[in-house]
Amino acid sequence: MFRPLPDSPEGPTVTVFVEGQPVVARDGETAASVLLRHLGTARITPVSESPRAPFCMMGCCFDCLAEIDGKGSTQSCLVPVREGMTIARQMGARKVVA
Amino acid sequence: MAQPDYIVIGAGTVGVSLAYGLQKRGQAVCVVDGGARDFRAARANFGLVWVQGKGGNLPAYARWTAESAALWPGFRDALEQCSGIGVDYQKPGGLAFSLSEQALRDRRAVLEVIGGGALPEGVEMLDRDALQARLPDAPLGPDVAGASYGASDGHVNPLKLLAALQQGVLQLGGEILWDWPVQTLRTTDHGYELTGPDGAKLRAANVIVAAGLATSGIVAPLGIDSPLRPQRGQLLVTERMAPMLPMPCSGLRQTADGTVMIGATHEDVGLDTGTTQASATILAERALRILPALGGARIVRQWSGLRVLSPDGGPLYTQPESYPGLWTVSCHSGVTLAAVHAERLAEQILAGALTGDTRHFSEDRFHVPTPA
Amino acid sequence: MMIFDVAIIGAGPAGMQAACDLRRRDLSVVVLDEQPAPGGQIWRGVERNCQPGSHLAQGLGAEYRQGADVARSFRASGADYRPLSRVWQIEESSKEAMAQGWQVFVTRESQAEVIEARRILLANGAQERPVPFPGWTRPGVLTVGAAQILLKSGGLLPEGPVWICGAGPLPLLYAHQLRKLGGQIAGFLDTAPRDTLRRGLPHLNGALRDWKSLAKGLGWQAGMRLSGLRRETGVTQLRAEGGDRLERIRWQTPEGEKSATAGVLLIHEGLVPSVHPTLSLQCEHAWSDAQQSLRPVLDPWGETTRSGLFVAGDAAGIDGAKAALAKGALAAIGIARSLGVLSDARARHARVAGDRALSKARAARPLLDSLYPAPEGKIGDDTIVCRCEELTAGQIRAAARRGAADPDRVKAETRAGMGPCQGRQCGYTIARLIAEAHDMPRADVGFHNIRPPLKPVTLGELASLGKTKA
Ligand SMILES: Cc1cc2nc3c(=O)[nH]c(=O)nc-3n(C[C@H](O)[C@H](O)[C@H](O)COP(=O)(O)OP(=O)(O)OC[C@H]3O[C@@H](n4cnc5c(N)ncnc54)[C@H](O)[C@@H]3O)c2cc1C
Ligand SMILES: Cc1cc2nc3c(=O)[nH]c(=O)nc-3n(C[C@H](O)[C@H](O)[C@H](O)COP(=O)(O)OP(=O)(O)OC[C@H]3O[C@@H](n4cnc5c(N)ncnc54)[C@H](O)[C@@H]3O)c2cc1C
Ligand code: FES
Repeated sequence: MFRPLPDSPEGPTVTVFVEGQPVVARDGETAASVLLRHLGTARITPVSESPRAPFCMMGCCFDCLAEIDGKGSTQSCLVPVREGMTIARQMGARKVVA
Repeated sequence: MAQPDYIVIGAGTVGVSLAYGLQKRGQAVCVVDGGARDFRAARANFGLVWVQGKGGNLPAYARWTAESAALWPGFRDALEQCSGIGVDYQKPGGLAFSLSEQALRDRRAVLEVIGGGALPEGVEMLDRDALQARLPDAPLGPDVAGASYGASDGHVNPLKLLAALQQGVLQLGGEILWDWPVQTLRTTDHGYELTGPDGAKLRAANVIVAAGLATSGIVAPLGIDSPLRPQRGQLLVTERMAPMLPMPCSGLRQTADGTVMIGATHEDVGLDTGTTQASATILAERALRILPALGGARIVRQWSGLRVLSPDGGPLYTQPESYPGLWTVSCHSGVTLAAVHAERLAEQILAGALTGDTRHFSEDRFHVPTPA
Repeated sequence: MMIFDVAIIGAGPAGMQAACDLRRRDLSVVVLDEQPAPGGQIWRGVERNCQPGSHLAQGLGAEYRQGADVARSFRASGADYRPLSRVWQIEESSKEAMAQGWQVFVTRESQAEVIEARRILLANGAQERPVPFPGWTRPGVLTVGAAQILLKSGGLLPEGPVWICGAGPLPLLYAHQLRKLGGQIAGFLDTAPRDTLRRGLPHLNGALRDWKSLAKGLGWQAGMRLSGLRRETGVTQLRAEGGDRLERIRWQTPEGEKSATAGVLLIHEGLVPSVHPTLSLQCEHAWSDAQQSLRPVLDPWGETTRSGLFVAGDAAGIDGAKAALAKGALAAIGIARSLGVLSDARARHARVAGDRALSKARAARPLLDSLYPAPEGKIGDDTIVCRCEELTAGQIRAAARRGAADPDRVKAETRAGMGPCQGRQCGYTIARLIAEAHDMPRADVGFHNIRPPLKPVTLGELASLGKTKA
């Protein structure tokens, strides 16, 4: 769906873990952006259990809700990547006890 | 509609429960509702159909509540069928938590007073282990000492209940006039006349004033005393969660949609429907003492409503002798009482008099003659 | 606890400008923004992207690069800037505590915190107008703004057959930026009505005062034509089809139905002010027919109907970045005046330049508003309107017809607007459907009540505020 600019600004990169898989991300990129280009979706809705992907990227649609470093229902488009961050899609309604 | 048999003022839960009950009994009912800025307890409440602990000071209220809870399943079936709207009613019993051993003992004492010396029928005291066994998906916090369990308790989606009752009234041939705030209510030779917006008039032989907190003001010019006061309750609700609470609890219930409601405060702040961060924090702290695992759950909304309270917290039904055909009906627990309102109270209104337990709910009870 | 003179929410053009000006008057300022760096929407990532020789900064254009200077002045202003800080509630402090003051509730790195200030400036910007169509929830469909954010913050270009559909300056700008950076677009579906030029004509004269912006816009259009990009006009009834991913799009033009394979569909139908904070604080709002949206009612100093609470930038009405700078400057004067640092006479004198800049920056707006009106096309009954609760237009219509034309009633009966986005995606559509069902002007319907929190907050964060106080 999205690819990095061919001569992407040098800048530092970090490695994050998307559902266990290491993914290299550009410093400054958000978790939503990584989900989008790596998996293409961010969550399964709790109502009809259909897949959704980040839609607005600026915090106003909530379709990027994901589990980041274990914290559920996080708006992944507002979270910049960090070295070692774990990112996972949110599958349906949240569970209190994981 | 030609002149209706009954006009009901207020399309909140109380008003439309009665309208639905009367319409079901063959009466032509017209309901009028107020403006967008009105106080509407029916849109702000917690959704419990709750029996345990009610009526400590008013035994008739305890019985009336229990009767309603018993009527609820049949009332639900008929209402859902008539309106085509599901109301998410369930009756799995309910829990009231105690956050210390002392609180648990106090809880038992209160319930035993209501039960006349023993726990009322259907009520059990659960210690911590027994309680945890009933809530396998909700690890209890260390402060929880136990809970009382009431088998008659249940819950419902109060917003769907309201919509279903309104739809039920329409389905049965009744009428609802929205945005029709009554300005004045006066007597005529054949009953009553209401003046609404732009001088519009409505007449009927029978009028039921069920306008929540506005009730007192509507009947005061007729010299009828309806002593009601507002009490603010603030609530929180979480995002949708996987099922964790199999039954409603005092102050904590998981809805059919999965959201967890947390409530409610008791504040005497007059007619203020604002919310405060301080109250949200208090509600959050209490919820986390009971279920610490909820700490990561996200609150999506905080709101408040004004309870409609009589001086002793019980219902307030009046049929003043000098005003035949005129009724006032207000109460705090309009969701719990919806079934008994639609069935028993509607029957009594049709019969023209309060009988049995409801005789205890008139405002007379607050006019204790003072010794000369 | 420190009480700031001013708390500013938003470090975009308006917030940064106001912060710089307030600091120059020696007022203490805290600036809260949920982004990791200053810039707001237009200048997102500007500090990092504007490294010397950056290809990306070149592609994003001169107007983007100008943001670097503003960000630099802002960093040097001495304002207490707190990035990654999400404001989830604002409350007026209880009267005894302060003569007049506010509490701002913020979460930063999962830690909740209260910040106190004597005045509040909301410089929280705008969002893209949500316009539902069949399939708009399907992965592969994003807003144009979202794609531009991916470009500014991640250096990402869309791929697969990429379609842009909508109207307004932003899609043209983005298409232009993509072209310069080597991105590929399969086609541009223009939803502006075909008589749009005739509509715009009466506003052309006024707009010429801002001829630079007009020339720029015309340049983008011409560039698009020259590039040979497929362009369709008069587009309606867009659909995004596929399974779990977007596969095909379908649309109507006056010539008939057309379709194409698609990997990414980027949509945009203009901007609306972000009014959730002012709505939740029960400020008065007015309906703008030209922009088909609400905006807070402001006095000439940018103050809302709640004293001590100011709004600047696109949150006060869509006027663009230059106007946001001017509004930020004017609000700073208004705030200094309200804090008694500036006499009324001096404040009036000080605002002359700002007024002039604002009026010039707004000159082309009536033209733009008439060129790109909000879409009016009928929303099909099975189209999802509320993305969070997954409610369709048919369900909303049924509820709308059932009773009073009251958005709160419809919300209560359907749950539309009760999900985590709190109606940011569905609010206007619901009001539109209610207006349609009751055959009344859209302006008379209003918006549902916005309740706290402004953004979801965890129970743990809420509870933690009690412990720190005790
Ligand atoms: C925080 C909170 C939690 C609660 N939790 C529960 C619970 O768990 N279980 C339970 O059983 N109960 C609960 N309740 C109580 C329940 O909500 C009320 O008993 C019930 O909704 C009362 O409804 P009502 O119809 O009397 O009043 P309202 O809902 O207030 O309705 C009054 C209606 O009258 C109309 N009106 C007013 N003035 C006029 C006029 N002049 N002309 C025409 N119409 C007029 C208004 O527009 C309004 O629609 C709770 C209440 C609150 C505040
Ligand atoms: C997605 C998008 C892309 C745009 N791209 C361009 C463009 O490329 N060129 C152009 O000319 N115009 C663009 N615009 C138009 C833009 O509105 C204005 O140009 C300009 O950015 C407005 O400035 P502002 O200061 O009013 O608000 P903004 O620049 O929008 O800044 C508002 C800031 O407030 C912050 N904020 C909002 N709510 C909260 C909260 N609750 N807590 C903490 N922080 C908060 C946001 O993170 C943001 O940084 C875009 C608009 C959008 C929505
Ligand atoms: S993508 Fe819309 S909120 Fe994150």
